[in-house]
Amino acid sequence: MFKRLMLSAAAASLLAMPAMASGGHDKVKIGFVTTITTGAGIIGKDMVDALNLAMDDMGGKMGGLEVDLIVEDDGFKPGIGKQKTDKLIKQDDVHFITGYLWSHVLLASRKTALDSGKFLISSNAGPSQLAGKLCHKNFFSTSWQNDQTPMAMGEVLNKKGIKSIYVMAPNYAAGKNMVAGVERTFKGKIVGKDMTKWGKDAQLDFSAELAKAKASGAGAIFIFYPGKAGGAFIKQYQQAGLQGKIPLYSVFTVDSIALPKLQKGKLNGVLGSLNTQFWGPDLDTPQNKKFVSGFRKKYGRYPSFYAAQSYDMMYLIKSAVEAVKGDMHNQDGLRAAMEKANFPSVRGKFSYGNNHFPIQNFYLRKVVKDADGNWTTTIVDTVFKNHQDTYASLCKL
Amino acid sequence: MDWGLLITQVLNGMQLGVLLFLLASGLTLVFGIMDFVNLAHGSLYMMGAFFCATLTEWTGSFVLAAFLALPLTALVGLAVEIIVVRKLYRRDHLDHVLATFGLILVFDTAVQFIWGPAGTAIPLPEWLDGRVEILPNIEFPTFRLLIIATGLVVAIALYWIVTHTRTGMLIRAGASNRTMVSALGIDIGKLFLGLFALGAVLAGLAGLMIAPITEASIGMGNEIIIVAFVVIIIGGIGSIKGAFVAALLVGLIDTMGRSFLDSFLKLFMSIQNAETSAPAISAMMIYILMAAVLAFRPQGLFPPKGR
Repeated sequence: MFKRLMLSAAAASLLAMPAMASGGHDKVKIGFVTTITTGAGIIGKDMVDALNLAMDDMGGKMGGLEVDLIVEDDGFKPGIGKQKTDKLIKQDDVHFITGYLWSHVLLASRKTALDSGKFLISSNAGPSQLAGKLCHKNFFSTSWQNDQTPMAMGEVLNKKGIKSIYVMAPNYAAGKNMVAGVERTFKGKIVGKDMTKWGKDAQLDFSAELAKAKASGAGAIFIFYPGKAGGAFIKQYQQAGLQGKIPLYSVFTVDSIALPKLQKGKLNGVLGSLNTQFWGPDLDTPQNKKFVSGFRKKYGRYPSFYAAQSYDMMYLIKSAVEAVKGDMHNQDGLRAAMEKANFPSVRGKFSYGNNHFPIQNFYLRKVVKDADGNWTTTIVDTVFKNHQDTYASLCKL
Repeated sequence: MDWGLLITQVLNGMQLGVLLFLLASGLTLVFGIMDFVNLAHGSLYMMGAFFCATLTEWTGSFVLAAFLALPLTALVGLAVEIIVVRKLYRRDHLDHVLATFGLILVFDTAVQFIWGPAGTAIPLPEWLDGRVEILPNIEFPTFRLLIIATGLVVAIALYWIVTHTRTGMLIRAGASNRTMVSALGIDIGKLFLGLFALGAVLAGLAGLMIAPITEASIGMGNEIIIVAFVVIIIGGIGSIKGAFVAALLVGLIDTMGRSFLDSFLKLFMSIQNAETSAPAISAMMIYILMAAVLAFRPQGLFPPKGR
């Protein structure tokens, strides 16, 4: 019995041999972890839409190999994000583990992903830990380090002559980085600070905090509220009568996801407001034109920066696969190719720092109406040129 | 001491409190009188918000939409009672939890199908979107005042129904001794159906009142339902009066914690420690209160008589 089993197993493996030889690595497998469910699912959808657009633009192939894209939902929870990372490694055996909308999810999944020897590419979260002490040769970012965008905003506040600000952000890894970022560059006084509850049961009613901000007499309010919290905040800011009294400056809050909803809710106060970002839908680069027009054509709306970073991530991988001529075993070759950042990026040419975070420009953007009356942002100034994050010096790569 | 800020925060706390009361009053009736654990109460809260959002879009008037959304939520409540809940009264609490957790998933997915994952904002008419000067130099958003007023009116109405009407007598009797009520020839099935629909309306009202401030979004009820359970445990299960007092208490404690705890902690802590620990402690305070109530007065502050 045992012998027969062995024989048939051997026969089966023989039969499978030719398929293995030609088909073992004729695919590039990309796992993508983001949030599909919960209220934050709208952001994940924007990212996945960008991936599908990139797949269309590439004809589903990278360097002649077929691309397998596996999307997983983290449910806005670090624990589930880690489980899904595990699944992508063990069950799907992907080459690239990518995505990560949230810093706390990325931090929870980091070790599992990197210990497996696979590449980990963040297309959004940029926690300080991964830029500094925990940097890794197999980790790359197609976004930014969390502190950079608020640092640019701090500079803008200085230029505007604002003497004091009231700071509000959600109480999690990225929220802390955002606050640290603006504190680092803003030269005035921080008269108050609130870190509010975040996650699946995030705080969305800011009545108490807005009352405090109003009483503080601050010259401006600085906020970081990605996703639906941002729209809720701006609405309440207006309802509380702060509009026109204390100007609002934000990072990662007023974007292509929040704006249509704000427009629908007729929150006109947000028109003309300023935010900083590494990118904008109107950024004048060939790849960005292709991306934004393609995205608008396919989905009928403006892409968000989340989408832009995800689109870039696909082209980064494509450039690496092409550089090693489809030899997915050549880890060192793939890494060396990615370090060159030699791909058409929506943000234009940029380079990678030692910690594999982009060294890139940061722009000041203003909310305007486009020709069709849709609310969008337009770039009005360059705040930082080729800016590198401050944690890069702590990275021993 | 900044008195203006204190008054504003007390009002903010009351607004949160009455909102919790609207949600908790339905929950406490269903839990206390029907002995039914309804985790899906938050889904009815969500349905109220989404109905109101769509109707606002169709009719162009938030107030009209609100009045139309309430009977719709009642219909959903009736359907849930007849299709699912009715069959579970005789089972134990674990079955209630399992079935109503399933209902949450059904509702969340249904909303995703119908309204999409994005969530919907509800624009307010201009006369509600402004502010009222309640005292010289102290302004308060009109809509939040309306929430407080609505909550108080509902509280008075419920109190009157429960203490001065025949239905209220049945409700109170049901809370004290269900078996005896049915033995006296009261159609307990009908009473339960009515109560469940009333709970749904109250939850829907809470949902459509908060949606113009935040938005109507998937799972919005799953977060607040936990706090609503805390409220009914503190107040005493089955007691409207308890739900009212506990909801205001919880609303005020939560708001005051968020407002003043960090400055208080800074008196005897480093600024950095105070800033990091204040949000954590203020999020815990209502649970600490619940633990204290459970330890010293496990039946709640105002338990129904005869239990």
